[in-house]
Amino acid sequence: MQPDISVKNLNKIYEGGFQALKNINLEINRGEIFALLGPNGAGKTTMISIICGIANMTSGEVRAGGYDIIRDYRKARSTIGLVPQELNTDSFETVWNAVSFSRGLFGKAPKPAHIEKVLRDLSLWDKRNNRIMTLSGGMKRRLMIAKALSHEPRILFLDEPTAGVDVELRRDMWEMVRKLREDGVTIILTTHYIEEAEEMADRIGVIRQGEIILVEEKSQLMSKLGKKELRLQLQNKLDEVPSELLTEPVELSEDGYELIYTFDSQQEQAGVARLLRTLGDIGVDYRDLRTRESSLEDIFVGLVHEQATKG
Amino acid sequence: MNFYGVKAIYNFEMSRMRRTLMQSVLSPVISTCLYFVVFGSAIGSRMGDIDNIAYGAYIIPGLVMLSLLMQSISNASFGIYMPKFSGTIYEVLSAPVSYVEVVLGYVGAAATKSVILGLIILATARLFVDYSILHPFWMLSFLILTAVTFSLFGFIIGIWADGFEKLQIVPMMIVTPLTFLGGTFYSIDMLPEIWQTISLFNPVVYLISGFRWAFYGVSDVHIGISVGMTLLFLFACMAGIWWIFRTGYRLRT
Repeated sequence: MQPDISVKNLNKIYEGGFQALKNINLEINRGEIFALLGPNGAGKTTMISIICGIANMTSGEVRAGGYDIIRDYRKARSTIGLVPQELNTDSFETVWNAVSFSRGLFGKAPKPAHIEKVLRDLSLWDKRNNRIMTLSGGMKRRLMIAKALSHEPRILFLDEPTAGVDVELRRDMWEMVRKLREDGVTIILTTHYIEEAEEMADRIGVIRQGEIILVEEKSQLMSKLGKKELRLQLQNKLDEVPSELLTEPVELSEDGYELIYTFDSQQEQAGVARLLRTLGDIGVDYRDLRTRESSLEDIFVGLVHEQATKG
Repeated sequence: MNFYGVKAIYNFEMSRMRRTLMQSVLSPVISTCLYFVVFGSAIGSRMGDIDNIAYGAYIIPGLVMLSLLMQSISNASFGIYMPKFSGTIYEVLSAPVSYVEVVLGYVGAAATKSVILGLIILATARLFVDYSILHPFWMLSFLILTAVTFSLFGFIIGIWADGFEKLQIVPMMIVTPLTFLGGTFYSIDMLPEIWQTISLFNPVVYLISGFRWAFYGVSDVHIGISVGMTLLFLFACMAGIWWIFRTGYRLRT
C-alpha cells in the first residue's frame, strides 16, 4: 500500500543560509498515528509547513495522499487538515462561520450536518454562535481542530495539539484522536509531551537539528532502547561499590544507601539473580528493592543527548 | 477552479465590512459630504464655472475618485494584511486555492465594497449639488475598473507591509496628494504650462479626467488615453501580484 505521506530527500535552507532540514526521508502509512518528537528548533514545524504548503522547500519531493504537493497541489492539499501550533483565529467571527469558512476554502460544498457533528464531537456545539474572542484557550484549541476537520481530510497534522491544555482536556483530545484513527484518518502529531507519544503513537520519529535520527515502531523502540533499573535500599550505608560488583553495571547513590543496577530489558534476566546472590555472599543486606522500566522520555533524552555528544 | 474557496474568502471579507460599517462606509461618506458642503454649496456658489459646469458639480467626479482610490487601497490592504498579522493566513496558504482564486476573493470583495461606497457617495452628493451623468455606462465602467485596479494595488501594499504604519503610508502620503493635484478641484488647463506637463506624469489625472468625461463629456485628456492608462496600471498590478505568488514574497518562507 502506498504511504499517505512520502518525503524524499527533503532539504530546507532559509535565506540566511540556515539549513532547517537535512535530506529528510520519511514515509507515513495510511491510518497510523505517527509522533514526531524533537527538541525545540529541530525542524518539526518547518517540515509540517512544507508538507502543508505554507513554506517552500529548497529541494526534494513530497507526496500527500499519493499526490505531489507541488504539481498536484490541489489534490494533495485537499487530503490534509492542519492544526498549527499557534492559536491563530479571527477573533470577531463566530465559531460556526469560522468552521464553515474553512470547509469552503478547501473547496467543499456546504454540509451543515458535518460541521454540526465536528462541533458536537469537540464539545463546541453550545458555543457555535459565540464570537471566537469569547472562547477560552482550550476551546480555541478545539476550534482549530474543528476547522482542520471541516473538510473531511484523510490526513491530519497536529502540531503540539495539547500545548497549554489542561489534563482533562488532554485526555479528551487523545480520545478524539483515537476515534479519528478508527475512522481511518492518518494522524501526524508533534509534541513535547513524550507521555503523549507514548500513550498514542503507533510509530515514532525523532528529529534533531534538521535530521531524522530514528523512525521506529513504538513498541520496538521501547523494548530495543528501553532500560530497566533495579534499586536496592540498603540496611547500612556503603562508602563505595563493593569490589565484587565492579564488573556489573552498578552505581551507588550519593547518600550511599542505594545501589542502582541498570540492565537492558531484552537481556536475559540472570543478571538480577547473580547480583542478589553476590550481595548475599559478601553480606550486604537490603531492606527493599524496586524495578523501574524506562519511559519513552528517558529514551528520548538519551537519544538526543547521545547524538548531541556525537555531533 | 475552487469556486467554494473564492466564495468563502469573498463572503468572509464582505462580512468584515458589515462588521465595520461605521469605519468602512459611514466615515468616508461623511468626510466626502463635508467637501460637497464646503466646496460645493458654500464656496462653490462664489466660484466661476469650469468648462461651463457649475463648480460644485465639477468637483464631484474627483471627490468620488478620491474616496474610491483610498477605500480600494485600504480595504484590500487590510483584507490581506490582517490574516498575515494575526497568523490566520496559514489556512489560505495550506488550502487548495490557486493564487488567482485568492486574489479573486480578496480583491473582488474589496472592489465590491468600493463600488458600493462610490455609489452611496454619488447618491449623497445629490442632496447637496445638482449634477447629471452623460454616459452612465462609462461612469459605471470607470468606477468598477478603478476599484478593481486600486484594490489590486492595495493587495500588493498589504502583502508588502510589515507594520500598520506602512499600510497607511501609501494612501496618505502618495495617493491623497496625487488626487488633490490630479485635477479634483480644477482643470489642469488652468495651470501654467510647465505644471500641465508635470501633471501628465500623475496617473490620477487620467482617472479623474476619464471619470469626469463620463459625467459631463469634458476632459483634460482624451478619454481613450484615460482608459489606456488605467488599463496599463491594472496590468502592472496584475504582474506585481503574479510575481508575489510566484516567489512567495512575504507570504511563504
